[in-house]
Amino acid sequence: MSEHIVSLKIYLSIFLALLVGTALTVWAGLHDFPGQLNVIIALTIAVVKATLVVLYFMHVRYSSRLIWVVFTSALFWLAILFALTLSDYWTRSWL
Amino acid sequence: MADSVAIKHEASHPALQHHFENLEQQREAASLGMWVFLVTEIMFFGGMFFAYTLYRTKYPAAFASASNHLSLPLGAINTAVLIFSSFTMAMAVYSAQTGKRRNQVVCLALTILLGVTFLGIKAVEYHDKYVDHLIPGRLIPGRPFSASDVHLLPGAAPQNVEMFYWIYFAMTGMHAVHMIIGVGLLSVILFFAARGKYGPEYHNPVEISGLYWHFVDIIWIFLFPLLYLLGRHLEHGG
Repeated sequence: MSEHIVSLKIYLSIFLALLVGTALTVWAGLHDFPGQLNVIIALTIAVVKATLVVLYFMHVRYSSRLIWVVFTSALFWLAILFALTLSDYWTRSWL
Repeated sequence: MADSVAIKHEASHPALQHHFENLEQQREAASLGMWVFLVTEIMFFGGMFFAYTLYRTKYPAAFASASNHLSLPLGAINTAVLIFSSFTMAMAVYSAQTGKRRNQVVCLALTILLGVTFLGIKAVEYHDKYVDHLIPGRLIPGRPFSASDVHLLPGAAPQNVEMFYWIYFAMTGMHAVHMIIGVGLLSVILFFAARGKYGPEYHNPVEISGLYWHFVDIIWIFLFPLLYLLGRHLEHGG
């Protein structure tokens, strides 16, 4: 399996998408959405931007399975960190 | 016997180390190693993101008030600067892969320049916080933390505003340390790139420094909305 070279066009599109995402996140941050929607919108845009960087700038989309596994393991352990600890803190007031 | 191995390696690229079969395997190993390191980095920053999540949900009004005092224009400009630097970094890798040595050097230099710009803007922001007595605790002798310059939303307590600034300085500070390391790393890469060390066949150092640089960019992609934009809608509302 030889190295995949991402085309110039893709790099440029990702760059523009990231700038648009930044503008969008600022715009959304200045508007008052009902309930917890502000946080949800902000995090959704951030996750999409991060995914674009990982897949294209960091070439994960074209990388071996092994690198996919290593990367998703990070998300897995991060999920454990958040889920287990918050299940304690956020439920203390229930007692 | 061993001669055949030696001849095979002699005939191959000078950058190929003897314990790898070929350049392809060497490249895979380098990327994998950097990714394993980045996993530990994700967990390192993850701990701080967790602390942020916990205290923000605990003291929402204080966090919104403290966040609104940060400079949104400077934060947004810095986000764009960092995204631009990630793009030039990607272009440096691309130039190495396609054998365009001059572009590679220019892109690396641009990336370093943009990284330094980011740090400069960050320094201006830190100075503003210093002027406003917002350095937490008593880290600055004779200038203890005071939330008197912060417009407090209903239900915001000054000591919880201070908690926001502890987290703000810890996270942006560690991010800045990573940026400084990145600039140092890329300076070394630039030095060798200018001597023509990296081409289509061998450019592992450019590639994995790029991975590190993009990772630091991703951390900022999360820090920007979480630190700068968390309470604007409560004051500007539209």
